[in-house]
Amino acid sequence: MWRDVILIAVKDLRIELRSKVTANQILPFSLVVLIIFAFALDTSPATLQKVAPGLFWVAVLFSAIFSVERATAIESDQNAGDGLLIYGVDPGGIFLGKVLSTFIQLFFLEVVLLAGVVVLYSPKVAGWPLVLLSSLFATLGICGAGVMYSQLASGSKAKQTLLPLLLIPIVSPVLLAGTKAWQDGFSGSGTLGDPWLRLLIIFAVVYLALGTIFYSAILED
Amino acid sequence: MSKFFPADGRGAIPNRLYSMQSLVSFKNVIAVSGNFPVLTGFDVEIGPSEIVLLRGRNGAGKTSFLRAVAGLLRVTRGQAKVLGVDVVARPADVRQRVGFLGHESFLYEDLTARENVKFVLKATRSDTNLLDSALDAVGLGGRLSSLKVSKMSAGQKKKVALASLIARAPELWLLDEPHTSLDSWTRGVLDATLNLAVEHGSTVLLVSHEAHHGSLMPSRIIDVAGGKVGGDTVVNETNSKKVLLSKGGSGNVA
Repeated sequence: MWRDVILIAVKDLRIELRSKVTANQILPFSLVVLIIFAFALDTSPATLQKVAPGLFWVAVLFSAIFSVERATAIESDQNAGDGLLIYGVDPGGIFLGKVLSTFIQLFFLEVVLLAGVVVLYSPKVAGWPLVLLSSLFATLGICGAGVMYSQLASGSKAKQTLLPLLLIPIVSPVLLAGTKAWQDGFSGSGTLGDPWLRLLIIFAVVYLALGTIFYSAILED
Repeated sequence: MSKFFPADGRGAIPNRLYSMQSLVSFKNVIAVSGNFPVLTGFDVEIGPSEIVLLRGRNGAGKTSFLRAVAGLLRVTRGQAKVLGVDVVARPADVRQRVGFLGHESFLYEDLTARENVKFVLKATRSDTNLLDSALDAVGLGGRLSSLKVSKMSAGQKKKVALASLIARAPELWLLDEPHTSLDSWTRGVLDATLNLAVEHGSTVLLVSHEAHHGSLMPSRIIDVAGGKVGGDTVVNETNSKKVLLSKGGSGNVA
């Protein structure tokens, strides 16, 4: 299975390098979200610093919807998904490969977004390890749930609107826990045993396991 | 071309393995797409080393039959065995042993021809050393191999898909209108490849309105109508168009 994970991830990343959808479309979109929310809320530095973690994760979540939708759309063009079945690629490998490729893309996007947060909101970060670890597991959880639900929605004629409807409620615990973990990280009050970080780890592990087990059944449908 | 069909039977099936059984055995198979029954009691037995031409009007069920054989269309009732495997219970075991060339190419538009074929060979655990030979065989060697598929014509895209199939040398070739969009030279390559594959023990099922124009001579013609077999005609090896078995078919090679 791991061979298939790498095969799918490398293929998807190569396609992204050629099409540059994340770099040219999703990243600018997420930056615009960050800026617009800042304007809409308040321009006082104190308020912006307080809401920065939440705005960051809202921007990531919106971007993730596009990323995971794109990850499954790659297999819809020319019915390439059927090709993967014919080639005997392990469905769990397909799932984890797509999670890995979207994770790498989203993490790259988060690095740029974080720079945007620092520039726009000037937050003071006291606990970088908690911020980085919570970002890692929150992104894994979003990608795991996102790839699974995106594949579920891909069979629907209304997939573009169905995916956000399905995904946003499902990943709302990640949005909440990611925001809280970041707030703890920013203030320096959190440790690596932070309960919000533990929730993010559990969410990521559960969705990676569910996807690996059930992706075959989802693909067959 | 024979390098794709080694004597050790890497892809092709030794005939002896299927001498006592059908390679494709469908008994009263019913399959539904959405709410529409696309196969309505399909009965057929196909042995090894056959070239079977499927004929019929649009919507007759030819493509659905190929997809059911490939394990891509779920059989809802009846008995369906392919390569000795129950395709209903174990579709994954069938899929990786068949090659399917349909109306959609399974290609990734943002990858080059070479990257697409290499991906298929890696995914199927096939010999990647055959990559260049396969691309050359369909006339996509050299600079054309590094062209993105999205920049290619329909015929070139079909050649890329064909190169993937040739390099894999599957046991069972399922081809839906394989000659469409191909130039005459590539049609000749395709026909020669299929003849060679059959010589090495593979079986070919193809839907084609153009197969009879080339050097590919089907050993059997199945007429499909209303989601089931309407006629089944076996043509002898010397192409005498002798009808050995007919269930309502015209008996003519179209």
